[in-house]
Amino acid sequence: MITVNGLSKSFRVRRRQAGFGQAVRAFFSPKYEIIQALKDLNFGINDGEMVGYIGPNGAGKSTTIKILSGILYPDEGKVRINGLVPWKDRMQHVARIGVVFGQRSQLWWDLPVADSFELLRDIYRVDAQRFKHNLDELVQALDLSLILQQPTRTLSLGQRMRCEIAASLLHDPAILFLDEPTIGLDARNKIAVREFIRGQNRRHGTTVILTTHDMQDIEALTQRILLIGNGRLLLDGQIDELKRRVSPLRRITIEHSGPLAELPAGVSIEDQRPGQTKLQVDTSRVSVSEAISQLAKKLEIEDLTVAGPTAEELVLSLYKEYTL
Amino acid sequence: MRAIAAIFRADFNQHIQYRASALAGLTTQFFWGFMYILLYMAFLRSNPSAFPMTQRELMSYVWLNQGLLIMVVIWFVDLRILDDIVKGNVAYELCRPMDLYHYWFIKSVSRRLARAWLRMVPLFAVAALLPQPYRLMPPISLLHGLAFLVSMLLGFFILNALTMFLYAGTFYTLNPTGIRTLMAAFMDLLSGSLIPLPFFPDAIRRVLELLPFGSVQNAPFLIYSGHIPTERILPTILLQLFWCLVLYAWGRLLFARMIRRVSFQGG
Repeated sequence: MITVNGLSKSFRVRRRQAGFGQAVRAFFSPKYEIIQALKDLNFGINDGEMVGYIGPNGAGKSTTIKILSGILYPDEGKVRINGLVPWKDRMQHVARIGVVFGQRSQLWWDLPVADSFELLRDIYRVDAQRFKHNLDELVQALDLSLILQQPTRTLSLGQRMRCEIAASLLHDPAILFLDEPTIGLDARNKIAVREFIRGQNRRHGTTVILTTHDMQDIEALTQRILLIGNGRLLLDGQIDELKRRVSPLRRITIEHSGPLAELPAGVSIEDQRPGQTKLQVDTSRVSVSEAISQLAKKLEIEDLTVAGPTAEELVLSLYKEYTL
Repeated sequence: MRAIAAIFRADFNQHIQYRASALAGLTTQFFWGFMYILLYMAFLRSNPSAFPMTQRELMSYVWLNQGLLIMVVIWFVDLRILDDIVKGNVAYELCRPMDLYHYWFIKSVSRRLARAWLRMVPLFAVAALLPQPYRLMPPISLLHGLAFLVSMLLGFFILNALTMFLYAGTFYTLNPTGIRTLMAAFMDLLSGSLIPLPFFPDAIRRVLELLPFGSVQNAPFLIYSGHIPTERILPTILLQLFWCLVLYAWGRLLFARMIRRVSFQGG
């Protein structure tokens, strides 16, 4: 259970114009500017939820993750995670969470991956039996058996990321923070990682908080998204609901024999080829099922797919709506 | 405790693998050792009455200094830790249920011990077989030998505690080069690495002996050779103990404050 109330954080950033003169001036009187990274953030996350935390670059996503994982002190606000205040009870708190920062590595660079895992076992005081059980499960699910003996520095990005994720789960954390876990991964590795995270959530009820710019990650993993922009929480809702709100249009692709005569009200043609037609359904005027049944009366439909807006389109229109 | 042992083991095993570095270091240390000895012998011959140490004391000092170099100089720091601080990877260290101060302290200890071990054994073996007057002689008495071990241990603790200040400084400046160079220069002079402290003018020497730097190598080496007489051993060790406690407490306090204020930039 995570509750966040009135969370704020600002940073002091040194600023100067380009050029030698400015550099000299800044040497004698440096100018600082206060950047408000987070402003009065409020939300709650239940156990076992998978939440996508999205927003444009510099919105405050990583700052939030860092505060929730206990490594950054906020200026103001209350955070409780399973009864603990992350930055005050840091040691207790971090023992129960797993963190993956996609851009950094938590493995010991020169040690074989297996040695890193054993070090983590000792640091988190995982007992031998549980460690073996978890390791076996992770090695199998993430396909690590061949790379376990290699030093971290010799791994490819995809291999390393799979190891990073395994490393964050060796101690059965109740909450997993993933900060851009699929950054730079190829399609196969992305899918493997997503697949695994979903399984972890299902099998162990792990709460997952995910920040990413990859909307397919969001779509594949989460039901609920939190949208943050300029340090404020702009939106908190279910993806499906948001999609409906953002756009009432659905796309129906039908494969049919015979010509398409007249269309039901609220349905228009988007693209037409012999035997295949893409239609747009305005769900504010006619429901998708009603449109399909009307079409089926007049046509021999061989195949049919219905698609809503993609998460990508959703986010784009949200950014536009909030002028981010 | 288990975590500390595991980190020590992993680091020690890792660093004991650098054979080429050990060999290069060994050669350098022999070279420096002889250079120092020739230099001081020239002093000694020109005016034996003005020389503050006996020949035997000097040989012990020089060979102990060279053999234990990694355990007495501050500049042998973990570059990866400095890099972690500058690049922000330290975020991960803070995500672990582990005290950062103790973690880095242990890393510093294991790394230095592993590297020192590889140089110490061959260097002492050879130095003990050199013809007189260049030979490294055993400690002057059993008592001095045991006191040397205790004193060396405390000195090593102080060195690692000082190293932690270097890491802390890097957090503030985000550039390890300056602070490292500065601390190395001060330490080399004030700890008696460059010139044994007995060579300093009396007034300065008395102050330097009281500072924590003098406790790192000057104290144990002079106990070994008997330059510090039996009755001065206990006060010397108590002073070292005092610095261990003060530097440790101070360092932990500094780290606790620093962790509160640290910010992670980017990513």
